[in-house]
Amino acid sequence: MVDGYLRQSPLAHLHLDARAANDINVTDAGLMLGERRHVGMINLRGEPADPAFAAAVKKAVGVALPDGINRSSGKPLSIHILALGPDEWLIVCPPGTEDSIFGKMTKAMKPLHAAVTMSSEARTVIQLAGTDARNGLAKGCPLDLHPRAFGPGQCAQSILGRADILIHQTGSNAGSSDASYDLFVLRSFAEYVWTWLEDAGREYGVKVFSPAEK
Amino acid sequence: MLLIPCPFCGEREESEFHQGGEAHIVRPKDPDELSDAEWADYLFLRKNTKGLFLERWVHLHGCRRWFNMARNTATNEIIAVYKMGAQPPKAAINKPPKTAVDKPPKAVGKGAKK
Amino acid sequence: MSQVNRLSSGGRIDRDTSLEFTFNGRRMVGHVGDTVASALLANGVRIVGRSFKYHRPRGIVAAGSEEPNALLQLGTGGRTLPNQQATRVELFDGLVADSVNCWPGPDFDLMSGIGLFHRLTPAGFYYKTFMWPASFWKYYEHVIRRAAGLGRAPTEPDPDHYDRMNTHCDVLVVGAGPAGLSAALAAARAGARVILVDDQAEHGGSLLSTRRDINSGQALDWVAAASEEIAASNAVTVLRRTTAFGYYDHNFVGLFEQRSQILSDGGDVSRQRIWRVRAKHVITATGSFERPLIFADNDRPGVMLAGGVRAYVNRYGVTPGRKICVFTNNDDAYRTALDLHDAGVAVPAIIDVRDDPIRDLPTEAMERGIDIIDASAVTGVNGARGVKSIEVMQLNAAGDGVTGQARTIECDVVCSSGGWNPAIHLHSHSGGKAVFDTERGIFVPGAAVQPSHSAGAAAGIFDLAGCLRDGTSTGKAAAANAGFKNASRRKVPDTDTEDEGPMRLLWSVPTTAPIGRRGKHFLDQAHDVTAADVQMAAREGYTSIEHAKRYTTLGMAPDQGKTGNIPGMAILGQALGVDNVGDVGTTTFRPPFTPVTLGALAGRDIGPLMDPVRMTPIHHWHELAGCKWEDVGQWKRPWYYPKSGETMQGAVNRECLVVRNAVGIMDASTLGKIDIQGPDAAEFLNRIYTNAWLKLKPGSCRYGLMLGEDGMIMDDGVTTRLADDHFLMTTTTGNAASVLEWLEEWLQTEWPELKVFCTSVSEHWANVTICGPRARNLLAEFTDDIALDSKSFPFMSYREGTVGGVSARVYRISFTGELSYEINVPASYALNIWTALMNAGEKYGITPYGTETMHVLRAEKGYIIAGQETDGTTTPDDLGMDWIVSKNKDFIGRRSLSRDDNMRNDRKQLVGLLPTDPDKVIPEGNQITETRLEIPPRGTRIAMIGHVTSSYYSANLGRSFALALIKDGRGRMGDQVYMPTPNGIIAAEITGPIFIDLDGERQDG
Repeated sequence: MVDGYLRQSPLAHLHLDARAANDINVTDAGLMLGERRHVGMINLRGEPADPAFAAAVKKAVGVALPDGINRSSGKPLSIHILALGPDEWLIVCPPGTEDSIFGKMTKAMKPLHAAVTMSSEARTVIQLAGTDARNGLAKGCPLDLHPRAFGPGQCAQSILGRADILIHQTGSNAGSSDASYDLFVLRSFAEYVWTWLEDAGREYGVKVFSPAEK
Repeated sequence: MLLIPCPFCGEREESEFHQGGEAHIVRPKDPDELSDAEWADYLFLRKNTKGLFLERWVHLHGCRRWFNMARNTATNEIIAVYKMGAQPPKAAINKPPKTAVDKPPKAVGKGAKK
Repeated sequence: MSQVNRLSSGGRIDRDTSLEFTFNGRRMVGHVGDTVASALLANGVRIVGRSFKYHRPRGIVAAGSEEPNALLQLGTGGRTLPNQQATRVELFDGLVADSVNCWPGPDFDLMSGIGLFHRLTPAGFYYKTFMWPASFWKYYEHVIRRAAGLGRAPTEPDPDHYDRMNTHCDVLVVGAGPAGLSAALAAARAGARVILVDDQAEHGGSLLSTRRDINSGQALDWVAAASEEIAASNAVTVLRRTTAFGYYDHNFVGLFEQRSQILSDGGDVSRQRIWRVRAKHVITATGSFERPLIFADNDRPGVMLAGGVRAYVNRYGVTPGRKICVFTNNDDAYRTALDLHDAGVAVPAIIDVRDDPIRDLPTEAMERGIDIIDASAVTGVNGARGVKSIEVMQLNAAGDGVTGQARTIECDVVCSSGGWNPAIHLHSHSGGKAVFDTERGIFVPGAAVQPSHSAGAAAGIFDLAGCLRDGTSTGKAAAANAGFKNASRRKVPDTDTEDEGPMRLLWSVPTTAPIGRRGKHFLDQAHDVTAADVQMAAREGYTSIEHAKRYTTLGMAPDQGKTGNIPGMAILGQALGVDNVGDVGTTTFRPPFTPVTLGALAGRDIGPLMDPVRMTPIHHWHELAGCKWEDVGQWKRPWYYPKSGETMQGAVNRECLVVRNAVGIMDASTLGKIDIQGPDAAEFLNRIYTNAWLKLKPGSCRYGLMLGEDGMIMDDGVTTRLADDHFLMTTTTGNAASVLEWLEEWLQTEWPELKVFCTSVSEHWANVTICGPRARNLLAEFTDDIALDSKSFPFMSYREGTVGGVSARVYRISFTGELSYEINVPASYALNIWTALMNAGEKYGITPYGTETMHVLRAEKGYIIAGQETDGTTTPDDLGMDWIVSKNKDFIGRRSLSRDDNMRNDRKQLVGLLPTDPDKVIPEGNQITETRLEIPPRGTRIAMIGHVTSSYYSANLGRSFALALIKDGRGRMGDQVYMPTPNGIIAAEITGPIFIDLDGERQDG
């Protein structure tokens, strides 16, 4: 039979934990990269004009819908919702909680015109942090990521190099260029994006780390 | 490289979008009532306007929504974007283009009239 | 050679740091702060290369990007750069520089004899001479290219790396001269996000090359202070050694940054970078280019631009000669004479085409005792390998003739100034027009068509005080435009002012003979285009400047005619009898402003990052198993799994036999999967697919065909009804993204009233397919909650349950005709399910199989592949698939099926082919003929009646077979047809397209 603990994240073959252990004492890297594994993701489509819809979402997942497109609600390491478009959201939740949230959401949406689709496995999350995280992204992404234009709590679907990405800025450090991002990448593109980021980060110094989960 | 104001996401670079051809072409309700010529007109014939053009775009690498755009094809000025199903804003359509349309290279002086 | 021309003091060079380099093998020394050009001049080099067409000796003309002659080959091996302007490359230690376009060397060039035959090589020479016979062009081209080539490309791979940076700003300022610095300072003080770019290592622009005062101190002190304040401002990016090479739509500007020394290994820093800037407002403070006076033999080494000479003296502490004459039509060039004189260089004479110049600068020259020869012109240059003396004659009032006795003045350099042209290139890229200022004889930027401004000399403002004022107000306005209205009230700096007199326009300088008869008046030295060439183009009917440019190649060299274009236009105008040069118009400037390397444009889109390689969750298992890959779009799919020593055919035969006789396993994770939900989902599918969907029962699967509105097959796949209002559609691998886009397009643009949502789940679910008569036995070991017998789980149905302890969706569908289960599991479990199935299947002789085996097996059953049996002109009926086209409902493309052309009975139809020789496999794509013709008689046309779409050797059939589209194929059953191939003709018989298990009994196992 199959052992559950043998689940393979899209970047498992890169042995990132071993690399993180190796890099643990690196202090001068401008770009820090890590894979958040098996993060729960549920795609939600629905009609925001229907007041029952927003209320039902909040009741089911405990987090209200974001107050605009390309914004997030909730906390990055617990349940949060990214607004992808006028009628599309991604509910992101800690590893292992997705089945129960999916169940609650499916039930809550039953009477409404909505679609709840489990899509946890479709993407992985590459976490970027450091003083040059923004520069690393800007090498391949046409979005304006300057703090005056894009900050924590904002998300956007765009392009990195030749791959589609979903960026969610999770943090920043006032007074420095420090910023952290969750980069949602389709599973099949994960190695391309990771390799791309490592290459783009060469001049800043890259440190691999193992992101903490709640 | 255009900067396209997606009605949902705001200004984004053209590389995130696909152009979807002329806007406001409605699929005939009952195709069987159309002659072959009329069907061909719906199917194949599109305007190729120099100047104001109403066209469809989709924010393919972003929110994946379709929308309409009024664009001056000679200058690439984007006059308006508006949602699917909506009519183009009148003010935008009546606005004179910002710059004159390019003319082909002109011949001057002796022999120009040959 | 020592630095014979280095002045004993002055210049912005570090005299304590010497840099060694070689030029054409000769060792030379320069200093930090030198360009290659200034170092060559310091070392007394006069001839830097040979000209493009005539192979005339040429020397350095200018000090910036307008340089037409000093194009060098830099570096060796993989790190070599052709056609580098010596005036733009900073000198570095160990540089190896060589001349281009001469053999064996610039001082003695075997091709120089060509100049003697210049009458035979006029403008349009190539068009006129090498047009006949046309088939000979391929031979001519090699010879012409060798004679005319500029530099050589490296043959080794580029050892360096490059990158790209996207950035956005409120105000982009191009140029850090007096206007640009003032603009950047004003915008930064207002709080705007500013990017300041300049192509030099140092800020200051023209101030680096002149001796001027600002705020009663040296101008460069003001530059340093301004530069420092800008750099320290919040939200400002300063880019040095960076050229704005193109200005595109919607204020999108491309910058080209030199990040590491031009030929060095930058280590982890990219050698060059392309910046993709999107600015709310753009200020082009790009300065101006001096235009030469066009006089006879003005290409002799030692004929230079006055501004260029001034730059060498002031910025680099180099004098290009010991006796330097100045030839001018304006006051500005007097500054060169004054600077030379003050640096101790002899100025034998200033030749001024104007009568009696008397303002500040000429007066100063007179006070220093410099001889001013007014109302005169240089009519000739003596010294073929370098200026030895010049001829000067009196100019008539009209400026079209010379009179009196020629006077010979000894000198080794003559520098000229015909006035300054604003650098309006970026304005022109942006779509802006050039407007001719008749009085000053210059093109100035017309109205801006994008949010942009030209400032300073680029806007035609040539006085320093004016540039500082204009830059400041432009910077404030740009910042305000971008929403930063709190401009600083600080005063615009003061400057020294000098009263300058007007210039006298003189486009070509007359001699005693008509132009072209005594000496050559060069306009474009890089391409060897003369005033006579332009006049001839006019005589031959090239009345448009755009046509004349292409005919003569004026301005089409690497320097893009920065010096010669405007005089060229004026001379064309004169030849056409047009009084106003503005009426001739200007050619359109196009990017790039200066050359950009292909490496930088490619950025990091090279090697493994050139295109994403998409991988399934089982990718690395396949790799370890030694599979050969097939590229399917961006995906890598296992093609076949050869065992050691096995050929491709051997591996495919083995895999095919195992699948039909035991069980095979395949990674089908790349298939597109679209989750479709909503009360109108079935109605939506009814409109998208050709067949009916309303009555499909939940738990059942159905094959569907999708057409474009033109009636042609677009994609196919199996769709499953998961619940009343919930479907899962599968698409081909290649069309996964485009089908979802297609569905969204119809939902959003045509049928917004349908309550349907589509979500891609292609990558959430991995698909492990087990296929073959033992598939049921194998799957049974992995599930205890799905009944597998054919009654409980019939063909074309789907069950949910656990497989190997993982919740799975299992589909009993088949693309091979064998009993087959497509096991869909969440992607992260796929590798482990796969290995568990492989281990358990060992007893059945399980084998993984790739796309080739899949293709053979499906072709044996006559199953089509969209994109292989179809090509965008194929209807369902062409494939004999009328059975799947509903007559009772509308769907996309239906109306088109009854168009005349789609009803023709001689359309190409899908058939099978059995080659007469069962060992011969017909090449796919091969054309098919009715008649057998070994060698068709000359001139005969043979009708092609179709083409082969799929062709394989089948181990199960023990012979080759093929699928083909043949005109009226279904009416030709049993006919013989012929496939001409490079290895002879293959004959085959037309059959039905199904070769195995005609009754479809095998799929139940």
